[in-house]
Amino acid sequence: MSEQVTSQAAARPQMPASATGSVIAIEDLSLTFQTADGPVQALSGIDLAIRRGEFVSLIGPSGCGKTTLLRVIADLEQPTSGLISVNGETPDAARRDRSYGYVFQAAALYPWRTIASNIALPLEIMGLPKAERAKRVKRNMELVNLTGFERKFPWQLSGGMQQRASIARALAVEPDLLLMDEPFGALDEIVRDHLNEQLLQLWAKTNKTIVFVTHSIPEAVFLSTRIVVMSPRPGRIYDVIETGLPKDRGLDIRETPEFLALAHRVREGLRAGHSYED
Amino acid sequence: MNGAAADMATGSSTGPLTPARAPVLAYPAALLAFTAIPMPVATGGSIVAGSSLLAAALLLIIPALGIPRPPALRLVLVGAVTIAAFLLILANLSPVEGKASLGYWLLLASAGVMAVQMMRGLAHRAGSGSLRARLISLSVPVVFGLWLLILWECIVRGAGVPTVLLPPPSDIAVRFASSLDILWADFRQTFLKAVIAGYVMGCGSGFLVALLVDRVPFLRRGLLPVGNMVSALPIIGIAPIMVMWFGFDWPSKAAVVVVMTFFPMLVNTVSGLSAAGGMERDLMRTYAATHAQSLVKLRLPAALPFIFNALKINSTLALIGAIVAEFFGTPIVGMGFRISTEVGRMNIGMVWAEITVAAIAGSLFYGIVAMIERAFTFWHPSYRH
Repeated sequence: MSEQVTSQAAARPQMPASATGSVIAIEDLSLTFQTADGPVQALSGIDLAIRRGEFVSLIGPSGCGKTTLLRVIADLEQPTSGLISVNGETPDAARRDRSYGYVFQAAALYPWRTIASNIALPLEIMGLPKAERAKRVKRNMELVNLTGFERKFPWQLSGGMQQRASIARALAVEPDLLLMDEPFGALDEIVRDHLNEQLLQLWAKTNKTIVFVTHSIPEAVFLSTRIVVMSPRPGRIYDVIETGLPKDRGLDIRETPEFLALAHRVREGLRAGHSYED
Repeated sequence: MNGAAADMATGSSTGPLTPARAPVLAYPAALLAFTAIPMPVATGGSIVAGSSLLAAALLLIIPALGIPRPPALRLVLVGAVTIAAFLLILANLSPVEGKASLGYWLLLASAGVMAVQMMRGLAHRAGSGSLRARLISLSVPVVFGLWLLILWECIVRGAGVPTVLLPPPSDIAVRFASSLDILWADFRQTFLKAVIAGYVMGCGSGFLVALLVDRVPFLRRGLLPVGNMVSALPIIGIAPIMVMWFGFDWPSKAAVVVVMTFFPMLVNTVSGLSAAGGMERDLMRTYAATHAQSLVKLRLPAALPFIFNALKINSTLALIGAIVAEFFGTPIVGMGFRISTEVGRMNIGMVWAEITVAAIAGSLFYGIVAMIERAFTFWHPSYRH
C-alpha cells in the first residue's frame, strides 16, 4: 500500500506499472464507502489488467463489488486507495475523452425522446454535426436490429428492445471499450440468450474490449475470454479463469464438455468464496 | 350513481353484455309527475300555469313508460322530454314566484329524478374511443352544469328567495348581458393587466431563482426555509403594503400576484430538478456532459411535470390574489373593486356577474395551462397511452 493515491495526490497521478499495453490496468485498488452504519469496504486489493480485444466478465454474488469495480473504471466512483488507468490515462481523463460506452442494468432511455433521438443523445453532447449523428444512429440501430422503430418512444417498446436501444446508444459513441453492468439481468431467458448471441457476434465483428458484469454462470462462460470470479465482504478477486473457447461459437456450445467444465470451475470458485459466510 | 344502483338495475335478468340499463329512476319520476297532475301548482296560480304544468307532467310520464327503443334513441327522447318539461315549468314561473305549492315541487322533483337518470345514461356511454363516445363524455359536465342552473332557477324562484341572498341565474345572465362594457373594462384591468403580468413575472422569477438555488448549495439551505415563511404570509397583510409601495393602479396588484406565485414555482422547480433518476444522471456523467447540457437535456425535461404543477396552482392563485388585492385601494375599475362596491350597494346581480367572469376566466386560464402541459409531458406515465 506504499503507492496510495490519496486526495492530496500530485497533479500528475501515478499510473499502474502495467498501464502501457493494457486497456485497463488496476493495482492494489480498494474502496471504502462511508455509510451511516460506519465504513463498508466494497473493494479490497484488486489487481487486474485487461488487454485490447478481451471480453472479461466479472461474476460474483450480490455485494461482491463487481458493479462498484465497473463504476470505478467508468469514474462513477472514486477509489480510496490503489492505482487505476483506463486507456493509459486516469479514469477521469478517459471519461472526458469519451473513451468508453457504459450500458446500465436498466435501459435508462429518456421517455421524452424517441428511440432515434435517445441514441443521438451522446452524439449531441459531443457536438457532432447533424448529418454525422443521423449516420451513426442509422448504423447502430441496424446493428441491434431496431430499424423501423426510430420514431417510437421507449415506453412503447418491450424491455428487450429498450435494452438493445441502450446498447446502440453506447455503441454510437464508437468507443473501443464497452462497460456493461448486468445489461440483460432484467430480461427473460429466451431474450437473454438471443441478445448474448448478438453481443458475441458484435464483439467478434468490431474487436472491441468489453467488461461485462453478470451473476449468471452460463452467460459469463458463453461470452467471455476471461472470467473474473469475485467474492464478497470485502469485495475481492477470488479466481481468474481463461476460457479459450473458439471465437465464432454458437449457443449450442453450452452443451459441450469444455463449456460444462468451465462452468463447474466458476461455480466452485463462487462457492469457495462464499463458504466462510455460513 | 353508476355504482351500486346501476348494478342493481342490470343485475338479475339482463346479461353483463347488455349495454342498455333499465331506466329504473324513470318509474319514481313518473309516479311523482303523475301525483302532481291533480295538485295545485301555486296558490293563486293562473290556468295557463296549471295546464302547462299538466302538460309537463304528462311529458315526463311518457319516457318513463319504458317503450322499447334502441338505447341511444331512448336516451335522446328522455333528454328532449325532460328539457321540454323543465322549459314548461320555467315558462310559468312568474305567476308562481314565491308561491309554489306541493304540485310544483313534486313536478320539479320528478324532473330532477329524470335528470339524474339521463346523466347516468350519458356517463355510461361516455368514453375516449369513438368520436361519439368522446362527444358524449364532453356533454356529461355540460349537461350536469345546465341541470344545476335549471334547478337553481326553479328552487330560488319557486321558494321566492330574496335576490339579495341568491339571485336566479336568469337575473345574473340579464345583468351580465346589459353590463358587458363594464365587465370588459374590469376584466382588462384585473386579468389582462394585473394577473397576466404578475403571473409571468412571479413564475418566471421563481423558475430562474430555482435554477440559481440548484447551482448554489447554500441558497437551498438558506433561501428555501425563508421562502416557505414568506409564502405563508396572508395576502390580506401584504396587499395594503403593496398598494403603498406601487400605488393604486394595477402594478400593486401584479406585485401581490408575484408574491403569491413566486414560491410555489420556486419550490416545485427545485424539487423537480432533483426528480431525474440516478442512472439517468450517471449516464450524463459517462458522456462528460457539462452542467448546462445535463440541465437542458435531462433535468429540465424531467422537472416539467413539477413545473406545470406550479403553473396550474399559480393560475388560480393569481386570479384570487389580484381580485382580493383590489379590495385595498384601486382606481374605480377592476373585478375586485366592482365586487366590493356593488356588495355595498346591495347590487348583488352585478357581483354575481363579476363572479361569473372570474369563474370563466379562471377555468379557461387553468384549462389552457393544462393543455400545454399535456403537449409537453405526453411521455409522463399519467398521460401515455
